[in-house]
Amino acid sequence: MAHFDEKAKPFSHQWMNDRLAVDTVKKVLSTEYWIPKNINFLWAMGMILAATFGLLIVSGIFLVMYYQPDTKTAFDSVNYTIMTEVGYGWLWRHIHGVAASVVFLIIYIHMFTGIYYGSYKRGREMIWLSGMLLFVLFSAEAFSGYMLPWGQMSYWAGMVITNLFGGFTKDFLGGIGNIPAVVEWIRGDYVPGQAFLSRFFMLHVFLLPLVIIGVIVLHFAALRIPHVNNQDGEEFDFEESAKLYKEDSKKESKVIPFNPVFLSKDIFVMGIYFVLFFYLVFYHFEFAMDPVNFDPADGLKTPLHIYPEWYFLWSYEILRPFPFNVGLVAFGFAQVAFFLLPFLDRSPVVAPANRRGLFKFWFWLMLVDMIVLTVMGKLPPQGAWTIVGMVAAIIFILLFILLPFITKNEKKA
Amino acid sequence: MSSRRDFMGMALGGFAALGGIAALYAAKRTWDPLPSVKAGGFTTIDLSAAKENELAVEKWRGKPIFILKKNASMPKSDRDVVVGGNHYLVVIGSCTHLGCIPAYLPGDLMFKCACHGGEFNTAGVNTFGPPPRPLDIPPFKISGTSLVLGESGPEYEKMLAAGLTQSV
Repeated sequence: MAHFDEKAKPFSHQWMNDRLAVDTVKKVLSTEYWIPKNINFLWAMGMILAATFGLLIVSGIFLVMYYQPDTKTAFDSVNYTIMTEVGYGWLWRHIHGVAASVVFLIIYIHMFTGIYYGSYKRGREMIWLSGMLLFVLFSAEAFSGYMLPWGQMSYWAGMVITNLFGGFTKDFLGGIGNIPAVVEWIRGDYVPGQAFLSRFFMLHVFLLPLVIIGVIVLHFAALRIPHVNNQDGEEFDFEESAKLYKEDSKKESKVIPFNPVFLSKDIFVMGIYFVLFFYLVFYHFEFAMDPVNFDPADGLKTPLHIYPEWYFLWSYEILRPFPFNVGLVAFGFAQVAFFLLPFLDRSPVVAPANRRGLFKFWFWLMLVDMIVLTVMGKLPPQGAWTIVGMVAAIIFILLFILLPFITKNEKKA
Repeated sequence: MSSRRDFMGMALGGFAALGGIAALYAAKRTWDPLPSVKAGGFTTIDLSAAKENELAVEKWRGKPIFILKKNASMPKSDRDVVVGGNHYLVVIGSCTHLGCIPAYLPGDLMFKCACHGGEFNTAGVNTFGPPPRPLDIPPFKISGTSLVLGESGPEYEKMLAAGLTQSV
């Protein structure tokens, strides 16, 4: 070792610094991790997501101690044991259920903030891609968790969603896309049963959270070098601004350190968020608890109306209005479309959507279309709603096809 | 020098890939349905108890099986199972769209799926909505007045060959 102080007392600052480079790590990850000043509360969504994920882990730890991944006892272990016997079991369940729902609201806000301010391109592609990967992983995590109470909605959502993996019908392209064996392979049975429940339990409490934590680390790391975007998409010299800040010209500098300055603002926004969050947990948890799922799973009785949780409705509505094979293609497209955003947007301009010509209309149309799809997905497939849903689904696909053309000739703002 | 290092790298990579593929295969097989699940895939159903135009629901491989004994006035179909001169509709009661269970409306002589509005007639043929094909007929073998589901007899093979249903 080059610099090694033999006289340092064990675990003293010097001793630790010689072994773990704590000062350098602290600088790189916190006190000299520079964040632009020119941002607003929407930049706090990342930390809110991290905190909500933390709550999901903590509440999940307590739930998993009493939950039984057995088709005969799963329903009662949740609705009887955890809800009525375990001290404060209801608290963990309601935190877990509300957080699972709210986390998607924040993810969507986080995503559309990125889209609005152009934070997915010009060196920030890996942030976007790792973030989209997290969205897919969170979706899988939410779906696998939804199976566990083994109620009617769990069972039938499991049935319908795994059926999608059977591919196209036999008469489509000579049957090459017809793979019903995959459905049985995923379930480990002809229908969702014990094998299905235990493997989705494993995915929900171990493999998926492990992968999610890994990708969160990647997502944070992808942000460290290109730095956070700002409200004007302005490119400036972070080192120069950091130098000004350190020389005490804080007013002239365009940056603040992540810790403690930015984090204190983050925590303020988080405080407001958690007031709302715990209001929901204590007084309005029922929005995250579908009443149909309080009937135990029954393979011989389909609920009258099957719908996913609100955060999947938009993509469900892209599947639903079309004939089977077309719907499957459209659904598949909807799952990957947002991954393509950095490559479909051909404009080099990083600026708020409202200053970007045609992209302004693209952004707001996309946002409204997603909301329309979400509302339509919840309504029964009848009459005029089917038409509205189909038009909204077609607009969604068209918007992505049009994106390269409307951004290609965009003028610099 | 570098070629020797390349060789070592490729040899290491090759063996690692081989081990990786073997592990993937083992993982795939671990997820396959268990032999006990596969062996439980046979069910015998006695048809003599069925009443005319009244839907009976049995269970085979965890899926609902619809059994509908037809009366004289109901239309006959190539898809009917004929046992002792009686015509029966025997189908898997899962909508071919996404697997919901359609309800039988005896007055209208049709099945209606509540999930996405699909309709089927008493031959199990889709007549309206998103279902891409008729209700599937489970593999069956006639044995006296009973049906063995899960085993394919000559009558079922004939239906398959004629394209009246697809293998499940």
